[in-house]
Amino acid sequence: MPKTIEQINERIKKGEAVVLTAGEVKKMGQELSIKEIAKKVDVVTTATFGPMCSSGAFINFGHSDPPIKMSKVWLNYVPAYAGLAAVDAYIGATEASERESEYGGAHVIEDLIAGKSIQLWAISKGTDCYPRKEIETYINKDTLNECFLFNPRNAYQNYAAATNSTDKTIYTYLGILLPRFGNATYSTTGELSPLLNDPELRTIGIGTRIFLGGAQGFVVWNGTQFNTTTTTENKIPIGPARTLSLIGDMKKMSIEFIKAAIFERYGISLFVGIGIPIPILDEDMAKFVSVRDQDIKTTLCDYGLAGRPVIAEVTYKELRSGEIIVEGRSIKTGPISSMYKARKIAEILKEWIQKGDFLITEPVQELSKNAVFKKMTVRKEG
Amino acid sequence: MKERLILNFPPECSEKPITYHLIKDYNFKVNILKAEITPGKEGRLLIEIEAEQEDLEQGLRFLKDEGISIYSLSREVIIKKDECIHCGLCTAVCFPGALEVDRNSWKLIFNPEKCIACELCIQACPLRLINVCFVGGLKT
Repeated sequence: MPKTIEQINERIKKGEAVVLTAGEVKKMGQELSIKEIAKKVDVVTTATFGPMCSSGAFINFGHSDPPIKMSKVWLNYVPAYAGLAAVDAYIGATEASERESEYGGAHVIEDLIAGKSIQLWAISKGTDCYPRKEIETYINKDTLNECFLFNPRNAYQNYAAATNSTDKTIYTYLGILLPRFGNATYSTTGELSPLLNDPELRTIGIGTRIFLGGAQGFVVWNGTQFNTTTTTENKIPIGPARTLSLIGDMKKMSIEFIKAAIFERYGISLFVGIGIPIPILDEDMAKFVSVRDQDIKTTLCDYGLAGRPVIAEVTYKELRSGEIIVEGRSIKTGPISSMYKARKIAEILKEWIQKGDFLITEPVQELSKNAVFKKMTVRKEG
Repeated sequence: MKERLILNFPPECSEKPITYHLIKDYNFKVNILKAEITPGKEGRLLIEIEAEQEDLEQGLRFLKDEGISIYSLSREVIIKKDECIHCGLCTAVCFPGALEVDRNSWKLIFNPEKCIACELCIQACPLRLINVCFVGGLKT
């Protein structure tokens, strides 16, 4: 008998809901049938904690006296985009400091969440209504009107693993790739990963309430580069596919789940902690959340070559073992996302739901079922 | 007993096959961990050695006679564990297996006895939490 989200929420409010982490439900799957899991379990919490470059924050500084219409803004010498109203700005995670080599937008975001004081410098040409031309001051999260993460692309549904066939070490956003297939890195949390536990996004859509950086956040849109055309096996995409655009109040977040990252000779990124509850509406959903690492494949791409050709398909079970065998060659593997943190997030989200602090959301609108990831065509004329 | 040494070569010595003599004449088992030797200039060699006591003494005397200064080395890899997020990026570049992610707890574990001080982990750590300190003394 299928369940509705309304029925599950009633059970959560009464403290009767059966909530399991993704790790727990997979263990349960060794003993119980899909039918039994569908009947017994109400919600499964999934999570990831990985570097997500397409992240950033909107900030409103408040008006000074006399006021300024900020046209260029720097936070701790990191440029923020100010082509908005007078005292609004957006700071992107990967923006680099103009003074320090290993500091950037992600560090500003982490420092703000930590409650640290940040130097604000802004300039303007001055107008009749905003006469001030320059301002230098210090801000922190309590002095700001708003500061919220608005991440255009997070929670990638699967991602390619990377290796390097060339004779040179290469430095990438997937870590240091050693020469002659010296290693391979991979970035999702596999069977714990949110979008791999609901591969067709039946329960995740616009308005879905989630765990974001230690606070409650929401899915606001599909993520950029959203792609529903990736080849699938048992409905699970083999390689990068769907993504989410997320929003959440930074003032309520914790630096335990938002961390600035430096990728050697690549730049700055931001580790983002995300947890998504999956309601077990029926046997199909019970089957989806029972997926194991050995059933989830991704592509292994050669990042040393132009076009990053796919050289193999590997399962997450193989990747997690620390070694993959490709064409008879052993390649050492290492993760990029923290399984430790992801597990912790899944546990915390489970507790929130069990306490009745966090209800499951019926999506306001489902995300696209038919989206293609287009490449850029370079043209000489428009 | 294995021992790690840093050998500092004077310019006149950097083109001599010193390692060859250690192996051939003094029965040293030599594992070269790091070499910075430019012909005609000073050189630096980090080696791990294993030899019988008598061979060891004679081999070290040979090195000194060649004008090579010898530092006995122990290293300390310092990881700010409290701040570690256990992402595992450092493990992807750690070939001796000194840094690993535990398959049960998914936390980073460090086995100092396996570390060869290649220092790749320092660059790989996205939070810049790893430093390698060399603690050594002149071998007399």
